[in-house]
Amino acid sequence: MASFIQLLVSGLATGAIYALVAVGFTLLWQTSQTINFAQGEFVMLPAFFILAAMNADAPFWLAALIGLALAVVILGALFKIVIVDPMLRYGVLPLVISTIALSLFLKESVKDFYSSQAQPFPALVAATDLQFFGAVISTQSLVVLAVAIATIVMLHVLLNNTRLGRAMQATAQNPTLALILGVPVRRMVLYAFLINAALVAIASILISPIYLAKFTNGETLGMAAFTAAIIGGFNQVRGAIVGGVLLGVLDNLSAAYLSSQYRGAFPLLILVAVILLRPQGLLGRFEERTV
Amino acid sequence: MARLMARLGFLASVIAAGFGLASPALAQPTVYIPAILELSGAGAVSGTNFRDGMLMAIEEINAKGGILGRKINNQLLDTQSDASISRAQVQKVLDNNPHVILGPVFSGSVLVSMLLTQQAEIPQIVGGEAAAITQKAHPSIFRTSFGQQFSMPKIANYIRDGIKAKTVAVLWVNNDFGKGGRDNFNKEMAARNIKVVADVSTESGQADFSADVVKIKAANADAIFVYTNEEESARFLREAKKQGIKAPLIGETTLLGQKVIELAGEAANGVRGHVGLTVDAPIPAVKEFAERFRKRFNYVCDHNGIKGYTAVYFIKHVTEKVGKFDSKAFAAAAHGITISPNQEPNILMEATWDKNGDIDRESFLGEVVNGQQKIVEILPKLGK
Repeated sequence: MASFIQLLVSGLATGAIYALVAVGFTLLWQTSQTINFAQGEFVMLPAFFILAAMNADAPFWLAALIGLALAVVILGALFKIVIVDPMLRYGVLPLVISTIALSLFLKESVKDFYSSQAQPFPALVAATDLQFFGAVISTQSLVVLAVAIATIVMLHVLLNNTRLGRAMQATAQNPTLALILGVPVRRMVLYAFLINAALVAIASILISPIYLAKFTNGETLGMAAFTAAIIGGFNQVRGAIVGGVLLGVLDNLSAAYLSSQYRGAFPLLILVAVILLRPQGLLGRFEERTV
Repeated sequence: MARLMARLGFLASVIAAGFGLASPALAQPTVYIPAILELSGAGAVSGTNFRDGMLMAIEEINAKGGILGRKINNQLLDTQSDASISRAQVQKVLDNNPHVILGPVFSGSVLVSMLLTQQAEIPQIVGGEAAAITQKAHPSIFRTSFGQQFSMPKIANYIRDGIKAKTVAVLWVNNDFGKGGRDNFNKEMAARNIKVVADVSTESGQADFSADVVKIKAANADAIFVYTNEEESARFLREAKKQGIKAPLIGETTLLGQKVIELAGEAANGVRGHVGLTVDAPIPAVKEFAERFRKRFNYVCDHNGIKGYTAVYFIKHVTEKVGKFDSKAFAAAAHGITISPNQEPNILMEATWDKNGDIDRESFLGEVVNGQQKIVEILPKLGK
């Protein structure tokens, strides 16, 4: 039982980070039909912004704010203006290829200009443990879980309980109608990109102490978040949250109780099952498209 | 007239340069020794340490006139820690007739690429530790560190006599290095009647070790043997500390490496094990090398840095013994050779290469104390 609780908490913490990244996937898709295959590298990069700031003698809290600000500007605004806007008019596929190219560019740039080696990254709290029904629960896992949940709750409140959020939802559901009704659609789309950038920066701060900051981190994270978004439902924010958490927990439990050798296969098996049995994802909305 | 002569002289020098006859410096012959290393990907820590040690040795040798009067022409190629890329890179350098090839470090990459050097009969000095590397009848493969068939008996003796363990849990990385180490380790455990109560495979590049640590912890073994690469070792140690593992954590060289200590922080304290090579060895030549390395590259090198450095001096010594740049003669002369610091000071420690290319030299038992590797015992050469 103690082992199960430990695995559950650890899986929830990892899953919550996947959820943050997966939510970003769904936000961009809903508002601008952008599938960002550089999303994993977007999580990797802010950790290096922060480390660079710390190398310039900034304290961690200031470095984290600098990292967040740089992420919002570069991975939010610049990404939209320089890559998405010019490419989107040619359809989804050229944009997908552009984001794949961007992921390679970001990865190689970090390798060349910072380091090819993993870097230690400071944790939000000191490594202490709590005893809970015989299970040793790390405060780091609890803080990761708390920050991720708080971020998702704030996002939920923003999207559902504010005028801005409703305008963003209207843009996601029907941009033409939203424009007729006076919603500044272009600005709403930009906000979605900025929110995605903030989410990946937070995910970066949460996961880098566990994964260590390394230029290849995006490969695992991007794939996990993409899988989570599809399992949960690519067109629903709540679907991405469920998908992320489910993936984190199942990954841990399957590695411990079934087989650690095949742990990488279990998420993909679930993905295949979801695509076969419920193509719109667990909480996704069925969409019909004319060809 | 003088201006005309000057112009003619300039013209003559341009033409001469075009034919490669410009100056003695440009015309000086070199010896081509390329290196295929893990400069990015999961093996970047190992590969970059090996590279920097190697570059330091090359700079020193070239500054003193090179090998047999020829400066070393070194080309660096990145395997990206990928076996198929390493094979392609070895093929690429073989087309340029190298004297010797250095690398790769990852055993999987060595096992794939060594078939090419075997066909070409070009000596290959590798950093890989998988036992299989020197068991494939390659006539000119040479190690820079212990193969697992040599290091595992030492670690097994330590677990039996030092830790006095009756049961052990094994955590290993599922690649050629890890699988080879795990197979040899389990064989040595069986020979000493020590029961393996948990056998946990992990993936190269794995980030989350919580499930693996839960499994290991549940096994309640007297000791835990960890055999993964640097970054995974650090992640495992952090998770083991988080989950309050109390059993001794035992490793073989990598687990006590400088990069692992740096990445794992306090979680590395208390780790023990066998160390084939270390800059913390109580040997003046090694300490002096470590200091020069730190000044040159601004970080503390690990065992791979020593491997890269001594590999180049191994090439220099054997080539000078042969007296010419002949790859086949090099391989013949290197088998069975013993190089002592008296003969070649920069070999750092006396080393012997056997007929298979396996290396034998002194090694160490170590422990991480307050973020520093501390050597507690020197183990003699196996041949002594």
